[in-house]
Amino acid sequence: MKSHTLSIVVENKAGVLSRVAGLFSRRGFNIESLAVGTCEEPQMSRMTIVVIGDDAQVEQVQKQLNKLIDVIKVSDITENETVNRELALIKVNAEPGTSRSEVMQIASIFRAQIIDVGSKTVVLEVTGDSEKIDALEKLLRQYGIKELVRTGKIAVLRGAKTVQSLK
Amino acid sequence: MKTGAKILIEGLKREGVDIIFGYPGGAVLPIYDELYDNPSIRHILVRHEQAAAHAADGYARASGRVGVCLATSGPGACNLVTGIATAYMDSIPIVALTGQVPTTMLGNDAFQEADITGITLPITKHNYLVKKTAELGRIIGQAFHIAKTGRPGPVLIDLPKDVCTTQVDDRDIFPKEVSIRSYQPTYKGHTKQVLKAIEMIGKAERPIIYAGGGIISSGASPELIELAERMGIPVTTTLLGLGGIPCNHPLNLGMLGMHGTEYANYAVTECDLLIAIGVRFDDRVTGKIQTFAPHAAIIHIDVDPAEIGKNKKIDVPIVGDAKNVLQAMLNQIKKSKVNEKWLDQVRTWKKKHPLKYKDDGCLRPQYIIKQLSDLLKGDAIIVSEVGQNQMWTAQYFCFKKPRTWLTSGGLGTMGYGFPAAIGATFAKPGEIVFDIAGDGSFQMNIQELGTVAQHKVPVKVAILNNMYLGMVRQWQELFYDRRYSYTELTPLDFAKIAAAYGIDGIKVESCDNVVPALKTAIETDGPFIIDFRIEREENVFPMVPAGAAINEMIGGHEA
Repeated sequence: MKSHTLSIVVENKAGVLSRVAGLFSRRGFNIESLAVGTCEEPQMSRMTIVVIGDDAQVEQVQKQLNKLIDVIKVSDITENETVNRELALIKVNAEPGTSRSEVMQIASIFRAQIIDVGSKTVVLEVTGDSEKIDALEKLLRQYGIKELVRTGKIAVLRGAKTVQSLK
Repeated sequence: MKTGAKILIEGLKREGVDIIFGYPGGAVLPIYDELYDNPSIRHILVRHEQAAAHAADGYARASGRVGVCLATSGPGACNLVTGIATAYMDSIPIVALTGQVPTTMLGNDAFQEADITGITLPITKHNYLVKKTAELGRIIGQAFHIAKTGRPGPVLIDLPKDVCTTQVDDRDIFPKEVSIRSYQPTYKGHTKQVLKAIEMIGKAERPIIYAGGGIISSGASPELIELAERMGIPVTTTLLGLGGIPCNHPLNLGMLGMHGTEYANYAVTECDLLIAIGVRFDDRVTGKIQTFAPHAAIIHIDVDPAEIGKNKKIDVPIVGDAKNVLQAMLNQIKKSKVNEKWLDQVRTWKKKHPLKYKDDGCLRPQYIIKQLSDLLKGDAIIVSEVGQNQMWTAQYFCFKKPRTWLTSGGLGTMGYGFPAAIGATFAKPGEIVFDIAGDGSFQMNIQELGTVAQHKVPVKVAILNNMYLGMVRQWQELFYDRRYSYTELTPLDFAKIAAAYGIDGIKVESCDNVVPALKTAIETDGPFIIDFRIEREENVFPMVPAGAAINEMIGGHEA
């Protein structure tokens, strides 16, 4: 069992997300994260789905996704050279005084932006691969994380290659 | 300018639809009003929407064309669900049309609103909620195209009432051709893989063909038989593959799996090459998957890539249409072959372990089906319900041609047979259509006697009446210590029920009366019901217990 990153191009139509999500739940496939948005073609959307399973399971996931009429292209880009990013917003306790300066110090080490400051909390914005965000989250736990929002991973192939051109 | 309802009817005609099985209601009033003016599309009024879906399915299986059913929104649409799921599991092309509340009320929990596209998401090949009348032409074309191409399956079109009443400019409303960029089924097998398969067949000493519904849906029966004959390969079929090779063909081994023949199951267990065509390695076929064809290399031909390698590791996958791939193989095969030693072995099994039942003068279902088979000589369409009636028919009726055997395989839908048989009579007018039923299954859609009476549908029903839910009772007998928990049914006089609908029927209680009753049914022009009072605790044997290897059968030759 390992995690695979699937890049999926779909028709930008109502109901496509539920078709894809429904397929995962009904066939018992585990989604670790799912990110979806418009892409370079206005009539299409791109989904990046991180799915956990052995190779046979993930192959079956891909084949089943391909059967959905609104799915245009499915690629497992796990083994390709990719740039992966995830964005997280973290609201963490930071009382003025030591804990606030510590939080700010940690943020700067992780190149996280402070995008909101309250009387007792700050909100950090951080981008990076999932491991980096995990690491930051772990460090901030001791101060008390009030809210954490992650986008899920998005990925793009390095170089001139595109998912559409992959075999 | 034309209304959506008018465009819909025009679209159906363009697709060659001349019959719809349906049930009216509020949301489909505009469509029904249009049907009133269009007698070239015949409408068969069923008594329950489930029957409309099954009838469309039976029509599709018997004819090879797309079956169409129509229901109103909410409860009407929901009642189609079992029929759609049945068609989905067996890859049958139907188009289901459902009414829907007006677009302005969608999502408001309006009267008779149900999210039928959401509900049928996992049981349709694709579905549409039409939001604009202008899209209707394109959607109808796509729906029929998707239903009948690639791996066939049901497609649902949900039609809000205002979409049907709105008028739009209908010039060019139907695109010249269907193009769906994300849907391009593969029909032609990969040449290299085809050659590899031929090489393996050439080398194999104990090959078996395992053929399924894909043979029927792609029309590959002649190619299947030619391959078997030229390379000397015995053929076993799945429940849905019956008729793909004539039952009396010397290379035919009948059905394999849970209630398959012993010789088919032995042959698959011993083979060194399994050529799987249009099948999906269903658990009722394979038993314990690890011990299925344990000594064999496997070639798998299927139009749906997702079926290949889903349950079993495949050595030579070939994605493509069965007929197309088999033709390519036959063109490439240079010399024929006979595996005499292997065929001898198979013949020995066949001789030693035939299908058997007690011939003691008691009224046994196997005897009835054998007599019917002898009378009809394969020249009829046989439909079954689900359970013991289905397995006895699969075992004892001699099917000689494709599309003469309609049964719910994958979903195992009790109540399928009677409405599907009704559908089949419209697909093949003039042919004898027999539904072989159980008393339990028949009662699941018994209301369709009303449809039969109203439209004078010449369907024959042979009810194997044991006053039990027989297959469940059999499992309770074998695996639950004969604790018959809620499987006994009240005795009913089905001939009398038929009579109430003005349909002829007869009760048969002894062997002597079987043939005369069957003859009467065959010779009667209209519908006919026979209520056979069979041995109540007759079982279907042989049987592979759930989860066992398929060569571990019970109740076979020792019984």
